[in-house]
Amino acid sequence: MDKNILLQTKIGDLFVTHPYTKDFFTDHLIPYIGKENKTIEDFFKYLDLEIIEDKAINIELFINSLVEYIELMSTYFVSEKETKNTVTIYPGLHKNGTPENFDFIEITKGEIISIVGPTGSGKSRLLADIEWAANGDTPTKRKILINGRTLEPHERFSASNKLVAQLSQNMNFVMDLSVYDFLDLHASSRMVEDKEDMIKKIFDKANHLAGEQFSKDTPITELSGGQSRALMIADTAILSKSPIILIDEIENAGIDRKKALELLVSEDKIVLMSTHDPILALMGDKRIVIKNGGIDKIIITTKEERNILGKLEELDKTMMSMRNKLRHGEKIIFEEEL
Amino acid sequence: MDLITVSGPPSSGKTSILLRTIENFIKRNIKVGVVKFDCLFTDDDILFAKLGIPVKKGLSGSLCPDHYFVSNIEEVVEWGLKEKVDILITESAGLCNRCSPYIKEIKAVCVIDNLSGINTPKKIGPMLKSADIVVITKGDIVSQAEREVFTMKVQSVNPKATIMHVNGLNGQGAFELSTFIHNDQVHVETLEGRTLRYPMPAALCSYCLGETRIGKAHQMGNVRKIDLSDKNG
Ligand SMILES: Nc1nc2c(ncn2[C@@H]2O[C@H](COP(=O)(O)OP(=O)(O)OP(=O)(O)O)[C@@H](O)[C@H]2O)c(=O)[nH]1
Ligand SMILES: Nc1ncnc2c1ncn2[C@@H]1O[C@H](COP(=O)(O)OP(=O)(O)OP(=O)(O)O)[C@@H](O)[C@H]1O
Ligand SMILES: [Mg+2]
Ligand SMILES: [Mg+2]
Ligand SMILES: [Zn+2]
Ligand SMILES: [Zn+2]
Repeated sequence: MDKNILLQTKIGDLFVTHPYTKDFFTDHLIPYIGKENKTIEDFFKYLDLEIIEDKAINIELFINSLVEYIELMSTYFVSEKETKNTVTIYPGLHKNGTPENFDFIEITKGEIISIVGPTGSGKSRLLADIEWAANGDTPTKRKILINGRTLEPHERFSASNKLVAQLSQNMNFVMDLSVYDFLDLHASSRMVEDKEDMIKKIFDKANHLAGEQFSKDTPITELSGGQSRALMIADTAILSKSPIILIDEIENAGIDRKKALELLVSEDKIVLMSTHDPILALMGDKRIVIKNGGIDKIIITTKEERNILGKLEELDKTMMSMRNKLRHGEKIIFEEEL
Repeated sequence: MDLITVSGPPSSGKTSILLRTIENFIKRNIKVGVVKFDCLFTDDDILFAKLGIPVKKGLSGSLCPDHYFVSNIEEVVEWGLKEKVDILITESAGLCNRCSPYIKEIKAVCVIDNLSGINTPKKIGPMLKSADIVVITKGDIVSQAEREVFTMKVQSVNPKATIMHVNGLNGQGAFELSTFIHNDQVHVETLEGRTLRYPMPAALCSYCLGETRIGKAHQMGNVRKIDLSDKNG
């Protein structure tokens, strides 16, 4: 919106045409209440000096910010000009400067890629290269293309269109809200139209993933580890705008990890996970092996490995049931279990 | 010499992200100096000194740290020039929600953390509102949704800023930040006559009375001076 047009707009009219501007006025401590029939220019012209001082209002900065904010928000509403379908990694250098030995790696929507390698080998650096769509300007000199093209600087560093959403087992909810209010807040901030449907869908999916059910009134900070993780994954899958999900381990308790990955894939996400857990690693379609800062190998999960995965999952179930027996004060008889 | 002013609420992660960022500058053979401004106490100088870079600290005592900052920044710039650093970074504890240490045309960075609550962005005022870059920390311990909501709140208070998520513990994003905050085309020789981005309220010194120009010629009243002798730091 043009600044001069904005200045001549009545505050109340602006709130009608651009409803989110009301919060903007409130957040900037602008005392507009009762003055909605004034134009923005007149409102500030007659605003009491004492109020300006008291609320630390900088009129020029406020108006410029308001113009920027309206511009920014309008980019939210033009629904995704371009859906992100592929990520392509072009080789860079190992830590010692030797080039990585592959032509390119293309990852498409709905694929799950595991990233494995020793501590300090450069797994996080690869994930960061993808997160910021590196353009030969990071320590690895890799290039990351999205839909076959390098991103413009404003796309790479846009906070509202972040490429990557992250999930890790260190993450906890910190807000003092119930499950419903939390989902409502997130959906509102994303300005989705069918808010109630979204909330219901996330809530149902989260309960589908969680070992133990929870209600909409539960405070999010009181959810168990597994329930929190289930809610985070369902919410990220359905409500986050980011096309790529980076996962840093998912603990093996209170959540169905297979279903969790299936949910992310069914929502058309590209899933990259850094893990040391063979069950999780083998759930990937491919795994990238990192060594000395570089991509050393790309291994496609074989049929045989899938079979092994089945066995590992059985072992895992045995472990779980033993854990449960212990918990309930029963004795464990080893031969019988295996 | 490039000058970067960093501010943000206590314990938001300013030192952590600066340490990770400065490591990246050191790798590129860029010489950095740091001056920490705080109110009563700080150990940050010791942390910066471990990187082997020149560092000073200044404690404002009973004064608002930002008032103290602006009363001293000209001398701090002279110190940075004397030390021949390529980048001089100031870290200020954002203890006063009414003031900010930002100077027009000097890169201003605000560091704020995801744990501080969704109302913090609107509470901390000028320090956030007039920053060029907002760094959000501690994203590693909150959920994706909370990060997204918090980012929106920051954006609604300062829509012009470049917002970056940086992890102060493992340094994720610090490399990217290092490419953003430094401009090797900026050469600050003096701040004499430059102005603050935001006037500072409440009367204590010339800046309290609405002065925005920097330099001794414009200072009067209760001005405390930072100790830049070799004994300090
Ligand atoms: N989990 C996590 N902790 C962080 C992060 N950044 C900083 N911290 C921790 O937060 C605490 C405060 O960090 P500092 O870097 O000292 O914060 P500061 O803003 O410099 O603090 P003052 O200078 O005292 O105002 C430290 O214990 C850091 O380890 C982060 O991204 N994630
Ligand atoms: N190709 C490279 N060239 C130069 N530096 C690199 C390269 N790859 C990684 N590094 C650097 O090596 C360090 C360790 O890498 P990183 O943190 O990504 O390891 P990691 O595999 O995630 O380790 P962990 O398992 O402990 O999390 C980082 O400082 C990173 O920037
Ligand atoms: Mg890592
Ligand atoms: Mg500090
Ligand atoms: Zn102050
Ligand atoms: Zn003062």
